[in-house]
Amino acid sequence: MSVLVGKNTKVITQGITGKSGLFHSKGCRDYGTKLVGGVTPGKGGTEIEGFPVFDSVKEAIKETGANSSMIFVPPPYAADSIIEAADAGLELIVCITEGIPVQDMLAVKSYLRNSKTRLIGPNCPGIITPDECKIGIMPGHIHLKGNVGVVSRSGTLTYEAVGQLTKLGIGQSTCIGIGGDPLNGTNFIDCLSLFNDDPETHSIIMIGEIGGNAEEEASEWIKQNCKKPIVGFIAGATAPTGRRMGHAGAIISGGKGTAADKYKAMEAAGIHTVSSPADMGRKLAEITSKK
Amino acid sequence: MNLHEYQGKIILKGYGVPVLPGFLAYTPREAQKAAVNLGLVNGKSTGVCVVKAQVHAGGRGKAGGVKLAKSPDEAFSYAKSIIGMNLVSPQTGPEGVLVKKVYVEGGANIKHEYYLSLIVDRQRGCISAIASKEGGMEIEEVAEHSPEKILTLPITLESGFQEYHSRLVAKFLGIEGPLVSKFSKVFKSLYNAFKGTDCDLLEINPLIQTADGEFICLDAKMSIDDNALFRQRQAFNFLDYDEIDEREIRASEVGINYVALDGNIGCMVNGAGLAMATMDIVKQAGGEPANFLDVGGGATKEQVTEAFKLILKDAAVKGVFVNIFGGIMKCDVIASGVIEACKELKLEVPVVCRLQGTNVELGKKLLSESGLKIIPADDMDEAADAIVKAVRGK
Repeated sequence: MSVLVGKNTKVITQGITGKSGLFHSKGCRDYGTKLVGGVTPGKGGTEIEGFPVFDSVKEAIKETGANSSMIFVPPPYAADSIIEAADAGLELIVCITEGIPVQDMLAVKSYLRNSKTRLIGPNCPGIITPDECKIGIMPGHIHLKGNVGVVSRSGTLTYEAVGQLTKLGIGQSTCIGIGGDPLNGTNFIDCLSLFNDDPETHSIIMIGEIGGNAEEEASEWIKQNCKKPIVGFIAGATAPTGRRMGHAGAIISGGKGTAADKYKAMEAAGIHTVSSPADMGRKLAEITSKK
Repeated sequence: MNLHEYQGKIILKGYGVPVLPGFLAYTPREAQKAAVNLGLVNGKSTGVCVVKAQVHAGGRGKAGGVKLAKSPDEAFSYAKSIIGMNLVSPQTGPEGVLVKKVYVEGGANIKHEYYLSLIVDRQRGCISAIASKEGGMEIEEVAEHSPEKILTLPITLESGFQEYHSRLVAKFLGIEGPLVSKFSKVFKSLYNAFKGTDCDLLEINPLIQTADGEFICLDAKMSIDDNALFRQRQAFNFLDYDEIDEREIRASEVGINYVALDGNIGCMVNGAGLAMATMDIVKQAGGEPANFLDVGGGATKEQVTEAFKLILKDAAVKGVFVNIFGGIMKCDVIASGVIEACKELKLEVPVVCRLQGTNVELGKKLLSESGLKIIPADDMDEAADAIVKAVRGK
């Protein structure tokens, strides 16, 4: 077991004929993901690099039996693609696209409230269960199969954590990038709850950043519900207020969303925090070897 | 993208939101003329006008950036004191911002002042209205000391804006009788403006009720979602190059995220989270980051060179910390980009280069064979220590 994705996940790529869409579809297939085709409206019936292309998600599901999708559609059309995929009944949508207008995401969120589909992202690296399934843009080879669940708002910082773990010989169950936007589909609590229930996941690394209060809410949830040891890091302790730090969601506004507040909440919930991003792997090794 | 008060009011007027007449002035002379145009006469009590600094920061009043003038001559002298001043408010940080222009606006007979704003509510996943009777005050202060004086009202996409939203807010603000429908009209126009221009924040502080029962927006703080600029082209007319760092403009042109900071260690990183974490670790090692810089996940060799150029445009930079986790981006490509940039820019400051990920060995080999004085590092903490030491050693 592991969470959300595994050997039985069948994936299509929306926006498969675009440069990034095709590049990463091949990357996922090479990793071993069952990437069964893609969607580009108007190019249905063609084939690209061995992937069959369909005009709509519905047709793609009918022909390939896909249950998940990976989205690389440009920002102006991404919300449309997410809703199309949800409407077609896919279980899981991973949206990589960065730069979707926040009001479009309001529409997506309100649609998904009444749907069984789970959205990961947008503006995220994706999700990977090592040796089984990779949906996203992360470098597969740095991962190692194991028992640490990783959840993060950042892409490369997730790779950093995974790289540190693998170097120490510690494997991962599933790594989920929930994305750097202010509004996302799957949040920390969703992932933590999945990890908490997953017998393959023994411990967790949670990586947050400045802006919003998702980390504070997650900490509150952890205090009440989570039984597994967690290492926590927050990026942006030195970020100035009122400035967006690359990610649309990474902004301290009105004195809220600071790293200090988030660390405080995490520590109150019993999370093993590290102030240096170089210590994430070491700390996890330390707390799990004590057990 | 933040708008100035006067720009926000241009947009709001288009949506039928009541604002006072006003004029933008770059010089005291223009401010004086604006006061005349607003009907003020020297030596006669013909009303008032307000001279307001136009900067992208709140807290202007307390900082001395807003003055009430009773004559064109007064408007002249206030404008003279405000234009060119370094305005320091809690929102600008201790370094403050230089004021380059003022907005001269007519006066109003104020009976009540309210706070009213619309935001994208991250927690609830909808638009929320925030209202308070404590108009004119900083809402953060009110929230801290008397949260019961603030109403937060979610307006979901499913319901859309309805009259009852107005009635609830009006009741909370103590607005009664025939004034409720007047208030409702203004509130609805504000909501339409928020939706129509892809705002992520629209704050009216204060919204006033005049002695004769009209509602007017005295201030407007508007921010447009950067991600929506592709369909809000008119917003580009409001880009104010006075308010944006020249390097940040260049960065956005080449697709790099850059934020200038005060330190002397330039940072070049891929990914926003790792870029923030790199600043943090530099500070922990005893250094001060000169910038936040995210070259992006799939940056090219050209972008690496551009990033170096941006970093080195800052004369304060005494060393550069390259921290790349190569995923999509291969380490050998980064390494050759770094080498090329160092050669092209005849780099004299120390560079610490920490590479991890895809093709890392090849990347390191390129660096060591380049003949350049680039200090290699494997781990982030080791790299941070190295750059701090190298900068101090100079």
